[in-house]
Amino acid sequence: MTTGDALLEVNGLTKHFPLHADIYSKLAGEKAQVLKAVDGIDFRIRKGETLGLVGESGCGKSTTARLVTRLIEPTAGKVSLKGEDMLSYSPSRMKAARKEVQLVFQDPYSSLNPRKTIMQILSRPMELHGLAASWAEKRERVLELLERVGLGLEHVDRYPHEFSGGQRQRIAIARALSVDPELVIGDEPVSALDVSIQAQILNLFRDLQEEFGLTYLFIAHDLSVIRHISDRVAVMYVGKIVEAGPAAALFASPLHPYTKALLAAVPEADPGKAPPKLTLKGEVSTPIDPPPGCRLCGRCPRELPVCAQVEPPLVEVGDDRQVACHNL
Amino acid sequence: MAEPVLELDDLTVRFRLKRGELTAVNGVSFCVRRGETFGLVGESGSGKSVTARSIMRLIPEPPGEISRGRIAFEGRNVLDMSDAEMRALRGRRIAMVFQEPMSALNPVFTVCDQISDALRTNLGLSKQEARERVVELLSLVGIPSPRRRLDSYVHEFSGGMRQRVMLAMALSCNPSFLIADEPTTALDVTIQATILELITSMIDRFGMSLIFITHNLGVVAHTCDSIGVMYASHLVELGGKRDIFERPQHPYTVGLLNSIPRLDAQARYLTPIRGSVCNMLDPPVGCKFHPRCAHAMDICRREVPQFREIAPGHHAACHLLDRG
Ligand SMILES: Nc1ncnc2c1ncn2[C@@H]1O[C@H](COP(=O)(O)OP(=O)(O)OP(=O)(O)O)[C@@H](O)[C@H]1O
Ligand SMILES: Nc1ncnc2c1ncn2[C@@H]1O[C@H](COP(=O)(O)OP(=O)(O)OP(=O)(O)O)[C@@H](O)[C@H]1O
Ligand code: SF4
Ligand SMILES: [Mg+2]
Ligand SMILES: [Mg+2]
Repeated sequence: MTTGDALLEVNGLTKHFPLHADIYSKLAGEKAQVLKAVDGIDFRIRKGETLGLVGESGCGKSTTARLVTRLIEPTAGKVSLKGEDMLSYSPSRMKAARKEVQLVFQDPYSSLNPRKTIMQILSRPMELHGLAASWAEKRERVLELLERVGLGLEHVDRYPHEFSGGQRQRIAIARALSVDPELVIGDEPVSALDVSIQAQILNLFRDLQEEFGLTYLFIAHDLSVIRHISDRVAVMYVGKIVEAGPAAALFASPLHPYTKALLAAVPEADPGKAPPKLTLKGEVSTPIDPPPGCRLCGRCPRELPVCAQVEPPLVEVGDDRQVACHNL
Repeated sequence: MAEPVLELDDLTVRFRLKRGELTAVNGVSFCVRRGETFGLVGESGSGKSVTARSIMRLIPEPPGEISRGRIAFEGRNVLDMSDAEMRALRGRRIAMVFQEPMSALNPVFTVCDQISDALRTNLGLSKQEARERVVELLSLVGIPSPRRRLDSYVHEFSGGMRQRVMLAMALSCNPSFLIADEPTTALDVTIQATILELITSMIDRFGMSLIFITHNLGVVAHTCDSIGVMYASHLVELGGKRDIFERPQHPYTVGLLNSIPRLDAQARYLTPIRGSVCNMLDPPVGCKFHPRCAHAMDICRREVPQFREIAPGHHAACHLLDRG
């Protein structure tokens, strides 16, 4: 793939958080520690494509989403939108870019202002970006959005706390769609929904993509959802991308031991099928001053002596697939 | 069969709102036995969390009100308990993991302070003892380098880590009954499997009982013994795990199972249940599911179907099942 057809390109993206030293380690004279939430990742998303991002809880997916939307600034690395370096944008260009890149959050409870009605929540972004002039026009667009996300129109003047968790997530999705974005980043946008509404919302994501050529970065833990929605998938483990490739191939023949472990742990919705299996041993790896070598060391069933010494780079293995593992 | 620990009988919860009255939970009855895992699934907004909060007596009154029914915990109606009795029950005997961690965690306290608070008041541990116990609990729920994360604030934790902080708090006093409202939604499948193992081990070791509310039917299929399905404030189906997955009777349950994306099948579009959730302020007459049901008959538009036993231990509320 050439850079030319990438809508979003991320190179060496890194976010390190310095940690508060607790009083005990201060007394012991230990030096301040660094939490490497995202540690040098590269990926591209073509226009009209969906990249699914999966990985261990705490591996840096939401941090990646926040970096790409510039809610937080990276420690290092580059984020380009349509070939332009977003980090060098002027404030006015950045304001326009905020409309182009919309984020649907993981936790709808904290992302919706409790003192605003649904009408106010959904019309605010339109006002900010000058998309609707009159009140009547805004009202019409808001009602249309509610219908799109499967919420009854009678909800328009209610407040977020009057809704169930799933209903609130639909409001958050409607808000992201309200400004006609190009790239929608969904940070677990369907995790809070029941499977029937989830199916509706996934179909909606699909429809909007076909209709408007939307591009998605889609974060989810449910691997059947990822399999369903994604063209390509990237798997993260403790701040690194360990495997990436076309969804069908990656699911049919996972290459990295962590990807394999993920697939083995999926509970399928059929009590007759094998229960989920835990194939990784030991404790979850830490992003705080991680040791050299592969981050799966100590937990990996395929570990070699080299794994603890040298960090495996993400390399091309053909068919548009990349893997970071010494023992393929 | 083990004895019932929790019995809900005709539980009905209303909210009086400016725009009218909303019945969030309507005549719900079920029972959870000692050591049993009861799964509660269903439409978003159908009343699962309100049911759970009612058991803990955490419905905001007003606007809410438990208007009918009985919730017996170990034989005593919690609705008759004094506030002091309730406080003794909550946290120690019955613990709850809330659906939205950010609404239940305090942003100005560190992770250690949040969890040790309960340990110090309920178990009378000293500050240092509580701190050690928190380290243990955090590592039990799979937080890496727990000692170094004690003084972090919740906004510095990822979504799944917050959820595990909630779980650690809930498990801190070894409750005999756990109500877990979407406890693994924000977790990847490997950590989810670890958490489910942890919960299962608590059931085996302490005879803990569990109400597990989740949208993840895969988790339900592998952890729950019996399952209740809710739609628009009603319990519409109730049965053993195999009854629900292999012989679902209510059209809503059937639709729910058909909506699941499968790892193997690759359809471009999924098959959701048609239509959208009904307006709970003005619900349809008769069976609330009728506007979306492919089998709706005249009687469905007039009469609420009876919730009745259709096979031993398997209950459902649908007029189709009344025909003979
Ligand atoms: N503001 C912050 N200060 C310190 N650490 C942070 C901050 N934000 C995130 N982190 C840490 O960065 C790591 C990655 O967090 P992130 O939220 O990106 O994970 P995630 O992959 O989205 O996880 P989940 O699947 O649980 O949502 C975690 O260890 C988290 O504690
Ligand atoms: N504090 C409240 N004030 C007014 N209405 C409420 C309140 N809490 C809940 N409701 C209403 O009660 C109904 C049931 O909500 P509940 O939160 O129990 O749904 P749920 O089944 O848990 O949904 P989800 O799966 O989306 O979490 C919804 O219609 C909701 O809008
Ligand atoms: S590099 Fe080594 S330790 Fe890491 S995943 Fe591959 S085999 Fe396992
Ligand atoms: Mg996250
Ligand atoms: Mg709920």
